[in-house]
Amino acid sequence: MMDSPIFGRLTFDDIAPLAVFRNFSLNELVASGAGWLEVFAAVGVVAALTYFRLWGPLWREWLTSQDHKKIGIMYMVLGFVMMARGVAEGVIMRGHLATALDGGILAPEHFAELFSTHGTIMIFFVAMPFITGFMNFLIPLQIGSRDMAFPLMNQISLGMTAAGAMLLLVSLVVGQFETGGWAAYPPFTGAAFQPGVGPDYWIWAIVVSGFGSMLSGINFAVTIYKMRAPGMTYMRMPVFCWTALCTAILLAFAMPPLTVAALMQALDRYLDFHFFTNDLGGNMMNYANLFWMFGHPEVYILILPAYGIYSELTATYSAKTLYGYTSLVLATMCIAVMSFTVWVHHFFTMGNSATVNVAFGIATMLIAIPTGVKMYVWLATLYRGRIRMTVPMIYLGGFMVLFVLGGLSGIILANPTINYQVHNTQFIVAHFHNVILPGVVFATLAGIHMWFPKAFGYRLEEGPARLSAILWIVGFSATFLPLYVVGLLGYPRRSASYTDPVFEPYMIFTALGSLLILAAFATFAWVFWVSWRNRAALAVPLGDPWDGRTLEWATPAPVPEYNFAVIPVIGTREPFAVEKASGRPYVRPDEYEDIRLPAPSGVGFVLCVCAGVFGFAMTWWIWWLAAISLVAIPTVLVVRSFFPDRMVTIPADEVRRDTEAWLRAIDAASGVDRGEELTSANRGFARTDLKEAA
Amino acid sequence: MSDDFLSREEAAAAAANGERGRDTRAYLTGFALAVLLTVPPFVLAWTGVLPRGTTLWVIAVAALVQIVVHLRYFLHVDLSRQKREDLQLILFTVLLLALMGGGTIWILSDLAYRMH
Amino acid sequence: MTDAATNLHPGLNLGPSHGEAHEEAEVVTFGFWVFLMSDLVTFGLFFATFATMWGSTAGGPGPDEIVNLGSIAGQTTLLLASTLTFGFASIAMKYHDAPGRIAMWLGVTALLGAGFVALEVKDFIHMAEIGAVPQRSGYLSAFWSLVGLHGLHVSMGIVFVGVMVLQIYLLGMTSRVKSRLLRLALYWHFLDIVWVGIMSGVFLAGAL
Repeated sequence: MMDSPIFGRLTFDDIAPLAVFRNFSLNELVASGAGWLEVFAAVGVVAALTYFRLWGPLWREWLTSQDHKKIGIMYMVLGFVMMARGVAEGVIMRGHLATALDGGILAPEHFAELFSTHGTIMIFFVAMPFITGFMNFLIPLQIGSRDMAFPLMNQISLGMTAAGAMLLLVSLVVGQFETGGWAAYPPFTGAAFQPGVGPDYWIWAIVVSGFGSMLSGINFAVTIYKMRAPGMTYMRMPVFCWTALCTAILLAFAMPPLTVAALMQALDRYLDFHFFTNDLGGNMMNYANLFWMFGHPEVYILILPAYGIYSELTATYSAKTLYGYTSLVLATMCIAVMSFTVWVHHFFTMGNSATVNVAFGIATMLIAIPTGVKMYVWLATLYRGRIRMTVPMIYLGGFMVLFVLGGLSGIILANPTINYQVHNTQFIVAHFHNVILPGVVFATLAGIHMWFPKAFGYRLEEGPARLSAILWIVGFSATFLPLYVVGLLGYPRRSASYTDPVFEPYMIFTALGSLLILAAFATFAWVFWVSWRNRAALAVPLGDPWDGRTLEWATPAPVPEYNFAVIPVIGTREPFAVEKASGRPYVRPDEYEDIRLPAPSGVGFVLCVCAGVFGFAMTWWIWWLAAISLVAIPTVLVVRSFFPDRMVTIPADEVRRDTEAWLRAIDAASGVDRGEELTSANRGFARTDLKEAA
Repeated sequence: MSDDFLSREEAAAAAANGERGRDTRAYLTGFALAVLLTVPPFVLAWTGVLPRGTTLWVIAVAALVQIVVHLRYFLHVDLSRQKREDLQLILFTVLLLALMGGGTIWILSDLAYRMH
Repeated sequence: MTDAATNLHPGLNLGPSHGEAHEEAEVVTFGFWVFLMSDLVTFGLFFATFATMWGSTAGGPGPDEIVNLGSIAGQTTLLLASTLTFGFASIAMKYHDAPGRIAMWLGVTALLGAGFVALEVKDFIHMAEIGAVPQRSGYLSAFWSLVGLHGLHVSMGIVFVGVMVLQIYLLGMTSRVKSRLLRLALYWHFLDIVWVGIMSGVFLAGAL
């Protein structure tokens, strides 16, 4: 190795977009084209920010903000940016497979890289930011708090996640990503078989963002434990907060196995240790064990908040108290604990005894029971509810049918003997897309439709959003349901080509299906655009467009930085709904006090840069840079700890002025019936006919 | 936790009450118990007077008891109300550790047995 | 359940109150507990992996050759003594002793910790000399990383002790500094608990 002391193993030849000029082929064109696209997109964003003079506002109001709502929104934006790449990669892979009878348009190596980045991006940098974004935005609002327990740490978590995402994006342009799938199993990703930078990109993206996720978990857990408004007992918390609490605990305790696995892999690759190697006592099954000890709780980290979102929207859009709150809470807790007892079902075929497999198979089947409980809870809530078929309810409908299907295929897979037959086939691909897409992605999109007005003060256009929802449901079904059949026919997952022509029609069909998903994604982006243009007619400044039930709807939209002019005192489970039913829904404070909030801080951004640079330098063996950026992280924190926390005070008069203006507007408003909530008559003041009391 | 933040007057009153002596004695008790629980396993491991299996049991039990001693006397975790959330958290972590650690050892020893 | 008097928000404000510093310290300390428990899981996983690699010596040095019980006894003594001296620092803080006295106990703690790390490094150097390097076998990889991870934690703890001594002199015994010392104490005592596990599971069991 001729490594430069300054650039490590980074050379000019590693700039991927230039490869197409050296060696022209369709494969290179796709790879380099993606790189060019990303470079142009980055340049375009920089240019647009400069042209519209947005750097200042971006820095002052967003990047340095410690406001949980803004951090939540930034997580969502990060998720969408990464999702654009993930969806595009999915479509390219499907396009390749449609032509892959005895070949295909891409090189096998390139295909392997695509499914690795696609999986890594979709799990760690799309689904995780989405659920973290929701938890950030909603938890303090729903429990009646001004902010998270640790606002600065919240900012740092976002920075870590963003740094990991940046490493993924950079890997498209500089060097290449690994080819061992999102789980990056050694020894295939070990130094002996993949000496390049690919697995190192994976390691540092995972380690850096994993730390961020663990810190998020601690933050959410402490916020829910310690920051609830007076009177909000555990059993009065909104269901979303319950699911968020369980997720937070999972984040704090399930991220360590992943970090440990990735760090051991790093020791193997960098220092020639023997954790997972083939020789000298290494055992690759230790990796599988550690990875899935994280991987299975991870599934529930993603799905539990989605359950929370579905619970909230079911109750809201059927205008009914959630049926079976207690059983839902108990089911959530059961799932959280049981999710730590099933991980072996991801590697039943490792070669252990039937006793082990049966134990984990039974545990896997048991965990379906609390999940089933939830399904019945939602059905019972819908039953005799006054349902409006709005966009979130369309997603809910798609979710209910498709998710049950995915769950049933999970039960099939829980049986080790059947699992042996379909292990590593497209059946698995069908199964996990079947649970994650309708489960997590649909919940995210439905939740965005529901809470977007709360965050930005205007609703999303209903028409295009309905189109997008239907495209998602149809596109998903067309793309992934056929893969069950393909898997049963014996088509292995992750194989770049096939020789049996029987697969070809299925592959062409699913490729067309993936175009529908692309259309659904594009339509969703378009929804934001048309809604923004039409924001005056869609505005709901009074804050309660859907006749909501929980605390966050009792605030103006967009929510002021301090969330609540005064911290509410809670006496029931659905305080806002109950108070609306009794006719006195909004708090009219007698006196106001100054509100102190943490001042903007650049620490999160600085650590984001340090962590990102560290990951990049480690990946490329630029040791001096890695050392500097690694030492910089604790140094920044220690130096900062010598200075007092800067706070901003919002004077009582300002709070009074804004709150009273809002309350006057509510008094003047005539209120909107549920039947008219999709018209421009909806200004966010619901004329409720809720009678029941929780 | 709150008792770690006594005001100067409260601290003086508590010290006059003999609380400072009790606090110091608590740390010393913890230290003495820790020593008592460390020396025998060392002696057994060093001399090997008992059979291997018995010694391992003694080492394991002494370690577990010593961990409880540390939690009680140094980390001040007890059954009082204000420490209950900490205790619940620790017990939950122990449950997870048992699942993860126990599971790992079970699975991989089963595998190792079948591979040889 | 729906008592109108408790339902409606009476406009109570949780503004700055007498107990704010206590409340804040409680939130931060609880958060630190969650972090410690997460860290404990990390240690537990390194430990479990080490256990699975007990026999994976690949013909290289095994526990008999690398465990030096005398050195381990010394390390255990130093670490246990340092936990006691940190306890004295906590008591000095609680009863408003002079900052110098608190700093003195912290200094003793750091010195004892440094002694522990020095003995451990000496053992590692000896191991490297007899060829028991982590590159030699899976067992040694797991050994070095588990024991090294703990040593790294102790070393970071020493740095933090240094930072806190600086803060005691530069910032005074403010409630923030006290709250940090409280958490550092938890961290330090926690590392001793982890050491009890390593001492028993790695060294004493290895010496048999």
